[in-house]
Amino acid sequence: MKHSIDKKNGAAVVAFEGEVDLDSSPECRKVLLKNVARNIPVLVDLSAVTCTDSLGISCMVEALQNARKSGQEFALVGVSEAAMRVLSLARLDAVFTIHQTREAGLESLG
Amino acid sequence: MIDKSIKIESDIEDIPILIRTFLSRPSELKTVRKDVTATAQNLGCGTTDVQDLVLAIDEACQNIIRHAYSDGCDGEITLTIYQIDCDIVVILRDFAECIDVETVKPRELDDLCPGGLGTHFIAEVMDQVEFMPQPAEGGNLLRMVKRIS
Repeated sequence: MKHSIDKKNGAAVVAFEGEVDLDSSPECRKVLLKNVARNIPVLVDLSAVTCTDSLGISCMVEALQNARKSGQEFALVGVSEAAMRVLSLARLDAVFTIHQTREAGLESLG
Repeated sequence: MIDKSIKIESDIEDIPILIRTFLSRPSELKTVRKDVTATAQNLGCGTTDVQDLVLAIDEACQNIIRHAYSDGCDGEITLTIYQIDCDIVVILRDFAECIDVETVKPRELDDLCPGGLGTHFIAEVMDQVEFMPQPAEGGNLLRMVKRIS
């Protein structure tokens, strides 16, 4: 798994690429929680995620919970088909704010 | 000491289409997923069936690595896959301490909390999931079936 972080419109766009699994989820969790702790909106770009599992999804849930506690915006953008399948199985596709594209996510921040 | 040379305990007489033994390390799962993907694709499974089969096996292996072999020592896991008519039958064998199968249950999804989703995923995507009787030599034996659509 690789990740990148872009700062745009006062938000952090955290993009993951590849497989978010048992091996890589500790890094995924660390990156997400660190960015949520900055108290700025966080968009998580999952367009290049080829595979994820319960641990990958748990990282997103924990980051969402932390963001909600501090009233921050937290959304998923460009969710790949593989990631969406797992979100749907966990019935979390209706829990997360999801934007079709990174651009749409940034626009929603105003 | 467990005799790891024993054959996979199951009543299945068909010839496996995949047998893979690997160590209980997170880094091993990437190759396991790759092998399962290739196997399922060769059987003509559609994209969703392939993803579901890979997800279930990945989650089951995670459970073995994180819970059965929770002491961090390298243990062995053997994955065997059979095709029996329209079913893909998956057998996962480990050599860890016997687990209490009553504790392996999906959690309610109503509460938003991280963790505990793996068993739910397995139950959602597979048609049958059962722990087989614990082998006399020790360890655990999980059997999962996916009906090919």
